[in-house]
Amino acid sequence: MQLTRRYRFCASHRLDSPVLSPDENRRLYGKCNNPYGHGHDYVLSVTVEGRVAADGQLVDRRALDALVAEQVLARMDHKNLNVDVPALSHSVPTTENLASAIRQALNSHWTLPARLARVRISETDRNIFELRGEGTETK
Amino acid sequence: MLLTRKAEFSASHVCANPVWSEAENRAIYGSNANPNGHGHNYVLEVTVEGDPDPVTGMVFDLRELKSILHEEVVEPMDHRFLNREVAPFDRVIPTTENLALEIWRRLEPRIERTSVHLRNVRIYETSDLYVDYGGPACS
Repeated sequence: MQLTRRYRFCASHRLDSPVLSPDENRRLYGKCNNPYGHGHDYVLSVTVEGRVAADGQLVDRRALDALVAEQVLARMDHKNLNVDVPALSHSVPTTENLASAIRQALNSHWTLPARLARVRISETDRNIFELRGEGTETK
Repeated sequence: MLLTRKAEFSASHVCANPVWSEAENRAIYGSNANPNGHGHNYVLEVTVEGDPDPVTGMVFDLRELKSILHEEVVEPMDHRFLNREVAPFDRVIPTTENLALEIWRRLEPRIERTSVHLRNVRIYETSDLYVDYGGPACS
């Protein structure tokens, strides 16, 4: 059985790779390369998997909420992902890298009995990225 | 091929175990343990699997699926207090997890008598919380 909880946060970013020239960055990232950045209302879905315990629950929602609030929302909501979020300071804050950083943050502080099955994040309604819960992060 | 049909029902519930104290229940279920109950607009998505019939072009008669969902779930649960009016929730805590298990139990024998197989029951308690259950084999 899986349980999915949805969270929202708002953040700004600019996509600009230090290994590419200004022209290459503009061609590659388009408007996302605009120098002063721009923002999104991100929607994060966290899916956990496991068995239902005696209390009828797969996971304590408040423990899951607290973990996500502490590891993700407090660090990313109303922040500039390029500047304010150390986990992303060495990578281009694409939603792919954001999903990976969120998975790593959750996994490294995970103490819940159910396992992390999936992290899904949408940048807009049209761009959605999904990662399985396990896996090692690549920088 | 997978086919998913959606149904909605509104119901009230209390999540509390009678053998635990009010404080213990509150520690586990939070405001879901409020003794007089509260309600949700549940959204149910039922997924079945089968091959399209070469004559009709359909995996399953949607009217039949709709009437199974209505008879087994919507009619008995809509506008009811789950703990008091819908067995087994007089003795099973009506968490979203247990609701998914019970809906599977109700639908599975009806659907397995047809040409398709029940593959998933997804139930949204709110738009920010849902449970997926794929049957005992996937639990």
